[in-house]
Amino acid sequence: MNNFLPIQILLSIFLVFAASRVVLRVKEGNISFGFFLFWFGLWILAGFAIINPGSTTYLAKQIGIGRGTDAVIYASLVLLFYLLFRTNVIIENLKHEITKLTTEIAIKEKKEDENTSDN
Amino acid sequence: MKKLIIALPAYNEEKVIASVLQQIKQAIKKLTDLDCEIVVINDCSTDGTARIVCKNKVTLLNHKINRGLGGSLATAFVYAQRKKADCLVTMDSDGQHDPQDLLNVIDPVINDDVDVVIGIRKLNQMPFDRQIINASSSFLTFLFFGVWCSDTQSGFRAFGKKAINSIQLKTQRMEASSEFFSEISRSKLAFREVRIKVIYTKYSRSKGQSNLNAFSVLLKLFMRLFR
Repeated sequence: MNNFLPIQILLSIFLVFAASRVVLRVKEGNISFGFFLFWFGLWILAGFAIINPGSTTYLAKQIGIGRGTDAVIYASLVLLFYLLFRTNVIIENLKHEITKLTTEIAIKEKKEDENTSDN
Repeated sequence: MKKLIIALPAYNEEKVIASVLQQIKQAIKKLTDLDCEIVVINDCSTDGTARIVCKNKVTLLNHKINRGLGGSLATAFVYAQRKKADCLVTMDSDGQHDPQDLLNVIDPVINDDVDVVIGIRKLNQMPFDRQIINASSSFLTFLFFGVWCSDTQSGFRAFGKKAINSIQLKTQRMEASSEFFSEISRSKLAFREVRIKVIYTKYSRSKGQSNLNAFSVLLKLFMRLFR
C-alpha cells in the first residue's frame, strides 16, 4: 500500500472540494457542459499527478524537461496566462454589452421625450 | 436635403459646453443646404452639463452610466443610423476644435469623394509630450491595422452614410480613436486627412487623455486584435 505524504493528502482534499464545486455549478446550470468538462478534467488530471508523481516525471522527460515538477509549473503558468487573457476578453465583451444597453436607454428616453412634447 | 449630425461626447464639461455649442450654432448657419442637428452625448456627467445642454436647445442623449469616449461615440453612431443621417461629425466638447473647420471636414464626405475624413492637427501645434504620444499611436495603429494616418487621436472626424452604417465600435475608452482605423480597414472605407486648427488651453489639456493612459490603450488594442 502506498504511504501518502501529508502534502498529497491536503492537495487531494482540495481537489475533491474543487471538483465538487464544478459539479454543483453545472447542476445549478451556472456553467456550460464544455466549461464543466474543462475544469473537471483539469482537476482529475491534477489529482492523478498528485497521487502518481512519477507520471509527471515521465511526461517531462518525453518533452525534454528534467523534472516533473518543472513541467507542471510551466504548464500551469501557460494555462494561467491564457485564462487571464480569456477572462479579460470576456470582461471587455461584457462592457460592450453594457454600452449597447446604455445607448438603447439613452435613445429610447430621447424618443419618449419627443413623444411627450408632441402630445 | 442631406442630414448632418454633429455629435459631441461630453463628460463634466459645464465650464465650456455652452460656448462650444454657441460657436457650432454660428458655424452651421452657413450650411444652409444641410439639415443640421447638434447632439450632445452626456456620459453620466456629475456636474451641470445636461442642464446647460437642455437650455441650449440641442439634442441631448443621456447615458445612465459612464461608458467613456468609445461608448459615447458608439451611441452617436447608433443615433445617426436611426436618424438615417447622411453625414456624422464628431467633435470634442472641450473647445479644442474650431467649428469654422466644419465645412472643410464635411465637404469630401458630403460630395461622396470619401467615406471618412479625419481632421488632423499640425504636429507643431501640439505640446511636445502629445507629439510623442501621437506619433507612437500612428505607428502602432499602422502596425496593428495597416492604415496610416498622421493624427489617429484627433476627435474631429466626419463619416458618410456607408461609414455610419458599417462602423461598429467595441472599445469603451480612449482606445476608440485607434479603433476607427481597424473599422476603416475592415469595412474598406476610403478616408482622407484634412488639416484643422486646434486650440489648446489649460482646460482642454486637463480634459484630454493622460500620457500614462497610452499603455492601457495599447493593451486594449492588442486584446481587441486577438480576441
